[in-house]
Amino acid sequence: MNWIYEPWPWYVSGPMIAFIMFLLLMVGKNFGMSANLRTMCTICGAGNKTDFFKFDWKSQKWNLVVILGAIIGGFIGSHFLTADMAVSINPDTIKDLNSLGFTSAGKTYLPTELFETESLLNLKTIVVLAIGGLLVGFGARYAGGCTSGHAISGLSDLQLPSLIAVIGFFIGGLVMIHILFPLIF
Amino acid sequence: MRTLIYLFIGILFGITMFKSEAASWFRIYEMFKFESFHMYGIIGSALGIGIIVVQSIKKFKIKSFYGETIRFNPKAKSFSRYMFGGIIFGLGWALAGACPGPMFTLIGVGFTPILIVIIASILGTFLYGLFKDKLPH
Repeated sequence: MNWIYEPWPWYVSGPMIAFIMFLLLMVGKNFGMSANLRTMCTICGAGNKTDFFKFDWKSQKWNLVVILGAIIGGFIGSHFLTADMAVSINPDTIKDLNSLGFTSAGKTYLPTELFETESLLNLKTIVVLAIGGLLVGFGARYAGGCTSGHAISGLSDLQLPSLIAVIGFFIGGLVMIHILFPLIF
Repeated sequence: MRTLIYLFIGILFGITMFKSEAASWFRIYEMFKFESFHMYGIIGSALGIGIIVVQSIKKFKIKSFYGETIRFNPKAKSFSRYMFGGIIFGLGWALAGACPGPMFTLIGVGFTPILIVIIASILGTFLYGLFKDKLPH
């Protein structure tokens, strides 16, 4: 039974994601997580500022429930289904991250340099996380979807716009890690 | 009852995001460095099966569990919004190491600083709504 505590290989994880998309389709919904960010804006009253947020957020309640489940799933996965949270990334990647100052590479689930509670006292860390989040939220809505909406749902539906968006995701990611990371860290 | 089904699907999704390590900042970094097959295997196999699932639903006109027609929302034709929006998203995805699903999973794991990413991403969505009409779509 020890296998249950091990990380899932890609050939278990990928089909599970497809299965989740299938379940959502079968209950009449579409898999897309970033839509929740828009719903949250509306709940906070953003509809008073611009029409983009003027819609009946209750029609999106189901998706907020999915995201609530995703929080609970993270709790269950980490507390009951995992013995060691360290992510075994490629030793070359670890060496590379060490040289950027991420000494926790290969030892933890997330870099402690960014995600330890104490890091909330570090201004640079806060700015890095905030800019990352801003770009994710802005970009996802501008592109009309994120990894789930475009890379999984959209491409499964053979949508050309989703292919353009996914190519964009990769251009952005490559620029960030290969060009901007050495300047930021 | 339906709410419980959505909750169940969400829990399954959260466990998958955590156990697959797709919610790990390190895995995203490694993916963009092309130093592991892991993330490509996840997205590739999800997509391969996803295409079969969606195309089968369309071809055989499979109905939902509730007997309704399953609808897909075709995306509006455009280049710039998907390319520019995609690049902006990609920059943030690589920096924060989390996309809009896994960032919520990480709250459940207990990483408090992810709340900054989430609040900022809600703010980013709001800024898009404000400036939407001034951007090329």
